[in-house]
Amino acid sequence: MLPHNVLLEVRNLKKYFPVRKGVLKRTVGHVKAVDDVDMHIKTGETLGLVGESGCGKTTTGWTILRMFKPTAGEVIFRSKNMAHPSEDFKEVNVATASRRMMQFLRREMQIIFQDPYSSLNPRMTVDKIVGEPLLVHGVAHGAELEDRTRKLLLAVGLKSDHMKRYPHEFSGGQRQRIMVARALSLDPQLIIADEPISALDVSIQAQVINLLIDLQKEFGLTYLFIAHDLSVVRHISSRVAVMYLGKIVELAETDELFLNPKHPYTEALMSAVPVPNPHYKGSRIRLHGDVPTPLNPPSGCYFHPRCRYAREACKNETPAYRDMGKEHFVTCHFADSLSLQPVWTG
Amino acid sequence: MGKPLLDIRDLKTYFYTEDGVVRAVDGVTFSIEPERTLGVVGESGCGKSVTARAIMGLVKSPPGRIESGEILFRRDGNIIDLAKLNPKGKEMRSIRGNEIAMIFQEPMTSLNPVYTIGNQIMEAIILHQRLSKKEAKKKAVDVLASVGIPSPEQRVDEYPHQLSGGMRQRAMIAMALSCRPSLLIADEPTTALDVTIQAQVLDLMNDLRTEFKTAIMFITHDLGVIAHMADHVIIMYLGRIVESAPVGEIFDNPKHPYTRGLLNSIPSFSVSRKKRLVPIEGIVPDPVGPPGGCGFEPRCPQAKELCKSQIPELKPIAPGHLAACWLLSDKE
Repeated sequence: MLPHNVLLEVRNLKKYFPVRKGVLKRTVGHVKAVDDVDMHIKTGETLGLVGESGCGKTTTGWTILRMFKPTAGEVIFRSKNMAHPSEDFKEVNVATASRRMMQFLRREMQIIFQDPYSSLNPRMTVDKIVGEPLLVHGVAHGAELEDRTRKLLLAVGLKSDHMKRYPHEFSGGQRQRIMVARALSLDPQLIIADEPISALDVSIQAQVINLLIDLQKEFGLTYLFIAHDLSVVRHISSRVAVMYLGKIVELAETDELFLNPKHPYTEALMSAVPVPNPHYKGSRIRLHGDVPTPLNPPSGCYFHPRCRYAREACKNETPAYRDMGKEHFVTCHFADSLSLQPVWTG
Repeated sequence: MGKPLLDIRDLKTYFYTEDGVVRAVDGVTFSIEPERTLGVVGESGCGKSVTARAIMGLVKSPPGRIESGEILFRRDGNIIDLAKLNPKGKEMRSIRGNEIAMIFQEPMTSLNPVYTIGNQIMEAIILHQRLSKKEAKKKAVDVLASVGIPSPEQRVDEYPHQLSGGMRQRAMIAMALSCRPSLLIADEPTTALDVTIQAQVLDLMNDLRTEFKTAIMFITHDLGVIAHMADHVIIMYLGRIVESAPVGEIFDNPKHPYTRGLLNSIPSFSVSRKKRLVPIEGIVPDPVGPPGGCGFEPRCPQAKELCKSQIPELKPIAPGHLAACWLLSDKE
């Protein structure tokens, strides 16, 4: 049973991609894109998922939605659509759900992609794009479809005379609004936002962030917000998970994570963000080297070759993902004894 | 103030497209002092990259053309107007890559995939310094070592695809610095990199600026990077400079509504999470047929009647601080 305030729980989720080589395309290894991820998302909250490119944050989002079939693990979702009329909800394992079940579940779990330029069909008008999910799922048609489409466009700050236009007639920020309207069309519970603002200009980013916050309040949405920009994630998230090489290295309530980091990678990541203040003279932690390839990750703790606190144990023993109290989860042997630098708050 | 290394006066670069004339750079004046870093901030389409390309003589023509203005570059005590030079001529070629070098946003597309890193660095060294192949290779290894590439003797014979993104950008910087240019133009050099790698590359650029005594024109949209790198900042919008000031002034005392809008719209660690972001409303106007008056007028919360009809000029409002805004001038 899920705790009453949890919408989604991910248990031991794994997604491995086989690497094939040679004429016979024999499998020579696996890229462990998502490697034993545990987390839950509470109803109505925004869980931020941060990490550098290749850390598996997007794959995690896609696997939760069953856009990739998980290699192992469970994704338990509190579904309303699957519930028997006598129940309020039903817990469903998305990882093993049948095709038929997925059709119902997809209405409740939607995604917003990074690039609003390539994710809208250039040959469809905006009303067709936004109304398509309603039509496909048989929710509305005819005059009702048009009415609902118009309301959705208004909800995301577009106008009803935009309905008959094509995507190329819109700016990046407006296209992202169209994406949001489409994601909202089926009245979902969970929206996975995969880098929703990183393709947009700085002055437009704030518009979309504010829109997402407003819509969350209005429709009672729950977000998984995937991004690499830590200041944006801090602004929008109630809790934040940090990923490194397919694993969650730290997960905590937002202020707790930023003011009391317990994993050396979180500390380094936060200190690498350039502070928009020329008077900032704080010490920066220089992280040496690159992220290792997930095809052949280091032994023990994956972060040990770049960690400035690494000791002998880190090379050999894989640290456990454990709760340090107050739901502050860390994957580090020495999380109790390290005193790490919090984020600079000015 | 010393003598500027680069002095740009009223530069205009237009593109003649099928849809009409795009005034990508529309009367831009600024200068860069030797060994200093000038930050150029603006959003896509503001003309920051075209300005850089005009300096390098890399504006594609047609459709582009340097319409008017001067790009005065100081070389061995003489002043040369780069805008008047033939972009394919001998003199421009002796400056490009030698006196002025450029690094781009995406290192993978700027490096040639079929030549080794060493070959590509040696090309510039052999061309500009007339060294033998052997000497050039030794120099290439040295410069790779100076940008912090491990085992440079090995890396020099590798191809771009064998290097990671951060390493490629280091190799680009090595190539740019191989001829010890007096000016380095960096166009969004860290935008494609992860933050931890970005921090490495920014630190490297700051170290190299001191070591090689190079001036840097640093183009970016990231205000955090600007705060870390720049001595002086210019803010561009729709082909014009709207504000120009020392970096401290830009952040502590921004005057132009666009600069203020930008600073208010970015989330920062020092701002409370509860505080709502203040976005700049509207969108950047179409560069074909821009607004008649101030380019920012349609989005400006304080715009007056005058802003709609007349373009404000960039004027001093404090020592070293210039802004182009009618709201800041006394006359109505």
